[in-house]
Amino acid sequence: MSLPDAVARFVRDGDVVVIEGFTHLISFAAGHEIIRQRRRDLTLCRLTPDLIYDQMIAAGCAAKLVFSWAGNPGVGSLHAFRRAVEGRELAIEEYSHFGMVARFSAGAARLPFWTLRDYEGTDLPRVNPRIKSVTCPYTGEALATVPALNPDVTIVHAQRADARGNTQIWGLLGVQKEAAFASGRVIVVVEELVDESVIRADPNRTLIPAAIVDAVVVEPWGAHPSYAQGYYDRDNDFYLAWEAISKDPAALTRYLDTFVYGVRDRAEYMEKHAGLAERLKAKEQRCAGVNYGY
Amino acid sequence: MMAAVAARELADGEIVFVGIGLPNLACNLARRTHAPNLVMIYESGAVGATPSRLPVSIGDPALVTGSLMVCGMADVFQLFLQNGRIEVGFLGGAQVDRHGNINTTVIGPYERPKVRLPGSGGAAEIAIHAQRILIVSKLSPRAFPERVDFVTSPGQRVQRVITDKGVLEPDGAGGELVLTGLYPGVAAADVKAGVGWTLRSRPSLARLDPPTRVELQLLREVLDPERLYLKS
Repeated sequence: MSLPDAVARFVRDGDVVVIEGFTHLISFAAGHEIIRQRRRDLTLCRLTPDLIYDQMIAAGCAAKLVFSWAGNPGVGSLHAFRRAVEGRELAIEEYSHFGMVARFSAGAARLPFWTLRDYEGTDLPRVNPRIKSVTCPYTGEALATVPALNPDVTIVHAQRADARGNTQIWGLLGVQKEAAFASGRVIVVVEELVDESVIRADPNRTLIPAAIVDAVVVEPWGAHPSYAQGYYDRDNDFYLAWEAISKDPAALTRYLDTFVYGVRDRAEYMEKHAGLAERLKAKEQRCAGVNYGY
Repeated sequence: MMAAVAARELADGEIVFVGIGLPNLACNLARRTHAPNLVMIYESGAVGATPSRLPVSIGDPALVTGSLMVCGMADVFQLFLQNGRIEVGFLGGAQVDRHGNINTTVIGPYERPKVRLPGSGGAAEIAIHAQRILIVSKLSPRAFPERVDFVTSPGQRVQRVITDKGVLEPDGAGGELVLTGLYPGVAAADVKAGVGWTLRSRPSLARLDPPTRVELQLLREVLDPERLYLKS
């Protein structure tokens, strides 16, 4: 399926949307398509909103953000996010990373909440009443709880999948498995479509099975400026450049006009980034593989 | 100096939860000097990472290549951190207060923030679960107020605060931070001027050694040649 078709079919106004990926494999391609299709009133959830949610907030897609660390990793601030929060234009619901991971774990297991030892002595429960506690029926210990997060739609970028959506990821795994299993609908965007036999040859690498996938989209370089291990490196120069772009609303608008609204798809986006592929393409470092025989 | 002092806090064989910036430099320096068996865990899921370039984000691909294990984040927080396997955690923040509480969430009231900061990330649970916490932060009265505006990470497990002029330690577990060590050429008054409360000192202050030639060479030529995190 094409990305425009997948977003048109599976992402709706008002949805709770998750585009996961911890630094690695963030589907900027899907985020840009959601901006182009002008989705509105979304509740965007992610541990680290990253540049993609900063762009979606700036483009007016978001009504609410659910998160645990809203910065530009290794650089500083997400300025569209900061302007929206400091101007009180965006509702926020804030956890820690463990809290967000626990919310996805509960959602994936279809439990109403998850318990964790956390938050004692912190001010987070004071500002987020959804962080509660429960008394352990076995030990009497007070444990923190967070509610399940069950998104309407989760979008995961991956290295490869087969046509039915059996999806393999290596490198940093983030919380994509839990987010996908927690979700009502799942869109997988991959660097490469492979034959089912490639998946079957190495089943331990499959993170998301076809059974929970609604759409498979092939979009090489779809995670840029984040990265795909074994395919291309993180574009740290762009993350640095985002500081100045996002700080200036006019520059941010120009960015969106040029690289999001101004292109039809990822292929056109890549045409506007001459030399990018050569600069970031991953070096070869293959592993030996294992014997699956019996 | 901060990176070298922080590195010396780490013992060989320890399991350390690493952050980006100076903590990452300190851990990699320790691993290349006195602590070759230091196990570095990054919250992104890389365990036993040996990055061949300076990672500029917590999820740099160089943390994966050549590491001992890569796990999902549910495993990082449940099987390593909550399980009690992390011996040392590094934290920093916009504000550190008299009791070692850290604020990385908001300056001003939460509902009407003067400055919205990134938030906790893993910092809340690192402060709660790592067996000891090392804070790395530069001194200034704004950065070291008497009370933080928001407690992101509670200070109970803070063992040492490594600043750019000297070292502070709690007076007993969770107690008030007091000055315990000075860098070469720094007077106690210089440290006190950088703290927003009346800082007490231990009766005898340690004089901390400057970085050795080997430490400096590793930091400047191998670990951070582009001086992303080192000032000089």
